[in-house]
Amino acid sequence: MAEKLLEIKNLKQYFNVGKKNEVRAVDDITFDIYKGETLGIVGESGCGKSTTGRTIIRLYDATGGEVIYDGIDVHAKKTKTELKAFNRKMQMIFQDPYASLNPRMKVLDIIAEGLDIHGLVKNTKERTARVHELLETVGLNREHANRYPHEFSGGQRQRLGIARALAVEPEFIIADEPISALDVSIQAQVVNLLKELQEERGLTYLFIAHDLSMVKYISDRIGVMHFGKLVEIGPAETLYTAPLHPYTQSLLSAIPLPDPDYERNRVRKSYNPTSHNYREDEEVTMREVTPGHFVLCSQREFDSFPK
Amino acid sequence: MEKIVEVKNLELSFHTFAGEVKAIQGVNFEVFKGETLAIVGESGSGKSVTTKSIMRLLPKSSTEYKKGEILFGGKDLLKISESEMQKVRGKDISMIFQDPMTSLNPTMTIGKQIMEPLLKHQKLSKSDAWNKSIELLALVGMPQPEMRMKQYPHQFSGGQRQRIVIAVALACNPKLLIADEPTTALDVTIQAQILELMKDLQKKIDTSIIFITHDLGVVANVADRVAVMYGGRIVEVGTVDEIFYNPQHPYTWGLLSSMPSLDAGEEKLYAIPGTPPDLLAPPKGDAFALRSEYAMKIDMEQVPPLFKVSDTHYAATWLLHPDAPQVDPPAAVIERMKRFPGSRYHVGIAGGDR
Repeated sequence: MAEKLLEIKNLKQYFNVGKKNEVRAVDDITFDIYKGETLGIVGESGCGKSTTGRTIIRLYDATGGEVIYDGIDVHAKKTKTELKAFNRKMQMIFQDPYASLNPRMKVLDIIAEGLDIHGLVKNTKERTARVHELLETVGLNREHANRYPHEFSGGQRQRLGIARALAVEPEFIIADEPISALDVSIQAQVVNLLKELQEERGLTYLFIAHDLSMVKYISDRIGVMHFGKLVEIGPAETLYTAPLHPYTQSLLSAIPLPDPDYERNRVRKSYNPTSHNYREDEEVTMREVTPGHFVLCSQREFDSFPK
Repeated sequence: MEKIVEVKNLELSFHTFAGEVKAIQGVNFEVFKGETLAIVGESGSGKSVTTKSIMRLLPKSSTEYKKGEILFGGKDLLKISESEMQKVRGKDISMIFQDPMTSLNPTMTIGKQIMEPLLKHQKLSKSDAWNKSIELLALVGMPQPEMRMKQYPHQFSGGQRQRIVIAVALACNPKLLIADEPTTALDVTIQAQILELMKDLQKKIDTSIIFITHDLGVVANVADRVAVMYGGRIVEVGTVDEIFYNPQHPYTWGLLSSMPSLDAGEEKLYAIPGTPPDLLAPPKGDAFALRSEYAMKIDMEQVPPLFKVSDTHYAATWLLHPDAPQVDPPAAVIERMKRFPGSRYHVGIAGGDR
């Protein structure tokens, strides 16, 4: 197996700790991300998938657990220089291309912000040249540099968000629902762009989304989250053809496909968390069913899975 | 079959500071009794504007109806007075909006909101309306309807709110229900529940539905017939099988091939190049020509009329003209056409006529 880029160990993110309204948004999840792969995270709204992404990149301080990037714990105490070096390696693309670009800044300054912070360019000429290059990488024109965000369409704005993330030459990009706000025909353009960039630059992606068919297309491995827990993770193909956790099965059976014949015969399964009938003494943890395919289950369930 | 609503040659423009936006440029369609017509298209294609013009919900100050008529129950909805229109809205035609968070009044209990159309249109007494509302809530699958009647929208989840909106819309047994992206804001599992609910209720009260969406999976699930809109025009219309298994318009081809399928591991996703047309200055000829690899010279000059493919299937592309060269659609579309008896790629014909 490939080299691990990121290890997430027992990550916990609780909000309102100790109060009545405590929320366990991310509740003890563990997974690895390998170099050069795309890991997709799917789940319904409120399942904690975005919080996971935001905690990994340290937008939130973790309540517990570790995020180890290339051997270094992200959430451990760090000096400013260490933090800066880390920030350069990890970047994020946000869901809403309307809210994530400062409307009062020109595209040139939006994209160059990271370059300035990390001192990656020596003079204005180099700065402009670099921004032009980035714009062309994401399929825009250099003339766009002097415009403001409102002059762009949704798809173009998402390209700007990608250019901004690429500016500091990161190794790892967290894409939080990057295509949800876009039209179908534009979604395909952005997904293709992300794939091309990955091939060219050997990027690693954490791709968070609720559109399962697009996630299957872009991801090498997929994790399914439900109520703050990772319930199943495995190779994309395995997860879609042989899902084991009943929640994954219910999620997959709910996706409508552009195929009327299939739709007429689709049977939707619903998920009832009490159907597991876990006993008090049973330990429910992630168990490896086939190589690389982990399911949250009890020993009893584990034994019943086809191997 | 009985026609519930008929839109004839509708042309509509918005006057903005930037100039005249030709949002709808000649749209014709009808909805039959008891059927679901899905309208698909990108944002800006005119699908929402078309249905909002049926409800007359567009701002009077900037909207100009240039041509056409919308026939409903023997009347042209574009000609009747506002007070007559108010008798139609919520009674004969009702609407479900995309965002259930904003389409309910946050300061009113949901009981009051469901009772509103009953009191106004059916002139029920308050206690009758109250009881009918409880029935409606139960009908849309809300547990403990009596208790829920006194609650406010913020006390419900997104899926539940959409159920309430559906209850309000169905209160007066409308002849036509317009659902404008009713499940786009919902999770897939909730979406599946809402779609099942709508189909179930449609059978019970025999209403017709216009379903607007950009999700082709949802279309395949709910629609009897499909109209594909692009640049303010309907470019293809047909039964759901005709659109999915025998599409004729290059834009429909593009839409169908840009969706990844769950079983195939194709290397690169087909992406329609470019962006939707600017309706401030609509392109001459076929609006899709600039993004289409199948465009011919005539596409740049003349708008294609709707060519007949079958009694129920029409497509506006010059490729269907008898003199046009025969072209092969993208591979993913040919795969679909192999399953459709009557298409030239149907496997039964042993290679077709090529």
